[in-house]
Amino acid sequence: MKKLLTDEHRAWIGQAEPPVTVEVSRRDIIKYSIATEQTQRKYLVGDEAPPMFVFNLFGPMAELTDLRSDGLPKGQGRGPRLPLQRVMAGGTEIHLHRPIRPGDRLVATRSITDMFEKQGSTGPLIFTVRTLIVTNEANEPVLDEIQTSINR
Amino acid sequence: MMTLADVHVGDALPRRAHTASNVSLFLYNAAVWNPHRIHYDEAYTTGVEHHPQIVIDGPLQGDWLSQCALNWVGDSARLTSFSYSNRKAAYLGETLTTSGTVTAVDIDNGRVTIELFVENANGEVTTPGVAVLQFS
Repeated sequence: MKKLLTDEHRAWIGQAEPPVTVEVSRRDIIKYSIATEQTQRKYLVGDEAPPMFVFNLFGPMAELTDLRSDGLPKGQGRGPRLPLQRVMAGGTEIHLHRPIRPGDRLVATRSITDMFEKQGSTGPLIFTVRTLIVTNEANEPVLDEIQTSINR
Repeated sequence: MMTLADVHVGDALPRRAHTASNVSLFLYNAAVWNPHRIHYDEAYTTGVEHHPQIVIDGPLQGDWLSQCALNWVGDSARLTSFSYSNRKAAYLGETLTTSGTVTAVDIDNGRVTIELFVENANGEVTTPGVAVLQFS
């Protein structure tokens, strides 16, 4: 199989993006809770964020002119341009240290921790593994997450 | 309130069905600020990316899995770790069902491990997962 990942791609492994700070609002928790069909009142009224609320919370806020034809951002700060452009979520492993509540100011640092190739049933796949570490303003751990995305 | 003594290996978690709609997927992707067209633009999704239909977000299925554990245990324990893997795509129009089974009860440390799954109407697991709950 022809290798798709080059040394230039792999050079991204270990590089951390600049920290991103997000202030959590009750309204954003409520929006997420409704959209994900939560049933517990503490989530639906926004007293606490559901654990998966952090998905893409620290993602780039690209302007419309900076979106690709598939709608995704053009990759600022998210890693190298890959030879396979169609991307899907691959999975997540998350360790939760304390709940997220409205008013929390969260600081996230993300880095690419691995990149590898596999042959899928419909063709080659590139897996990118990112580690996200989130603390609060007191520098207390909130969560850490390992996310895998798949380009095909 | 559930206690650790109430939990046994092999216990099955309640099944819950989710049928995503155009509206629910729009709201989810707006809430998580995800502009990826495969989740709302049918012509693009089928014509350009060659999926059979709008794609149900993998992380949304992950959230449903976490709810399966959290709704079962209520406020009796907190979720301390959780993982899932999106193994098979799921599409608008499908009804997906979540459930799981208790696979370990660590009495000494107050921890319960659950293997979770999202399955489609054919009984195929689209998203397996594992949750660890910490009882106080």
